[in-house]
Amino acid sequence: MAPYQREELLACVIARLIGDARHVAVGAASPIPATGAFLLKQKHPSLRISLLQRRTGNPFTQGSRELFDLAGQGRIDVFFLGGAQIDGEANINLVEAEGRRFPGSFGSAFMYFTAGKTILFREEHSPRVLVQKVDFVSAPGWSPPGVERRGGPAALLTGKALFRWQKEERRFLLESVHPGTSAQSLRGVTGFDYDAPAHVPDTAPPTAADLILLRGPVAQPIAENYPEFARRVWGKQVEAAP
Amino acid sequence: MSLPSNATAFLKDAEAIAEAIPDGSSLGLPPDYSLVAMAVVRALVRRKAKDLKLIGVPQLGLCADILIGAGCVRELETSAVTLGEAGLAPRFTEAAEKKTLKIVDATCPMVHSGLQATEKGVPFMPMRGVLGSDLVKRHPDWKVVDNPYAKGDPILLAKAIVPDVALFHARWADEAGNVWVGRRQELATIAHASKACYVTYEELKPGDMLEDEILAPGCLSSVYVTAVAPAPRGAWPLGVPGVYGIDDAHVQTYARKAKTAAGFSEYLEEFVWHRTSEKNSSPVS
Repeated sequence: MAPYQREELLACVIARLIGDARHVAVGAASPIPATGAFLLKQKHPSLRISLLQRRTGNPFTQGSRELFDLAGQGRIDVFFLGGAQIDGEANINLVEAEGRRFPGSFGSAFMYFTAGKTILFREEHSPRVLVQKVDFVSAPGWSPPGVERRGGPAALLTGKALFRWQKEERRFLLESVHPGTSAQSLRGVTGFDYDAPAHVPDTAPPTAADLILLRGPVAQPIAENYPEFARRVWGKQVEAAP
Repeated sequence: MSLPSNATAFLKDAEAIAEAIPDGSSLGLPPDYSLVAMAVVRALVRRKAKDLKLIGVPQLGLCADILIGAGCVRELETSAVTLGEAGLAPRFTEAAEKKTLKIVDATCPMVHSGLQATEKGVPFMPMRGVLGSDLVKRHPDWKVVDNPYAKGDPILLAKAIVPDVALFHARWADEAGNVWVGRRQELATIAHASKACYVTYEELKPGDMLEDEILAPGCLSSVYVTAVAPAPRGAWPLGVPGVYGIDDAHVQTYARKAKTAAGFSEYLEEFVWHRTSEKNSSPVS
């Protein structure tokens, strides 16, 4: 198997999670979700990707307001959210915890409800990020009956594992662990309880074909919009576009 | 205070705009990727502006961090403060953790909707989502009501937001006082909702852009514009699409220096206290 970087593995998982969506939107600094979306577009050219912070040829003529209006109408199939904390009920916290301040909630409290499905993504897999209960709910993982809600969490991807969200049970189910991580060791670094099958498979690594796409036609648009990330992962230097 | 509706004033430079913005004003500001009037931000620091309230439409970045670090800000209402790829906004983060700043946390579409309510002259706008977020408990101006058209359907209201000042940068202004924001139509909404609107521009166009079928849809009419002033490369180190890009290396330098109060002071000394247009290093189109 060809050597690959962790970011490349995660982008491949993101591409699989997006699945057969028609329209995926990528919000604030999310280079790995954007990479996954551009990888999938190489295979499914009809996929529409709306990159909120695209520097040239931005897809919106009304800025982020248009992104939220699209989502509100049901025109965004997949969105990505992270969290300074994420808990076992898929609540996310982007505001504050234990005296530390984070950037803020962005559009999470709206997008989590209105996008068709949300993929939770956070590279750091530790008990301080994956907690029993978040200190502040920026956006709730589920809503009681009577509250209008189109979408919600579909999965949680971290640097160590992939969980599926079980809507009825309101719990995560461990689906796979990334190569190098054991399912047993995962309990110790995860602050919330979750379901797991007796045998937990490894996350499928990138194929040789994936790696060729990632390092070629995918790296280019990523470098234009996430120059630091592209430099770090692929050593790719791109002239900043005006 | 009367709303601007007649003649746009033509001011000399960014300093003159900073002079025209009173201490204690609330400022509606765009995020780092959308035409920030950085030359005015630096001029506000130089004139030692005080007690500003910054409203992030819908989020804030470098401009807010500099104003906070320089002691110009009393209060923020925003969905986030971030330097994007350069990471956390260090002066904001420190002020928030030391609780020296009043922060009203919002979520992006509630800010947009609050401005759109003002734009229409109505007291609020209903919005989906958000229910169950702790933001609803904390925000002083949001209310949950029953949808009057359906039974048992709670819905959130965004109260109309009225900034004292809309402040941003534009590629062009013209002799009639119109400004061209191009695809950044959300900036026009800030202007529509604000009591006053100040805009710096890259270039002055002769005539009236509203007479031009191609340019007119990207224009903010002078009816909303209190004053404009020239500021070539006035968004630096942020960008103006099609003219110059974001100076990522500079933003990284800022993020590194501003981690400490001493480093932030050095940054101000090097790039703010003395007018430093000659150091402007944005990549050129």
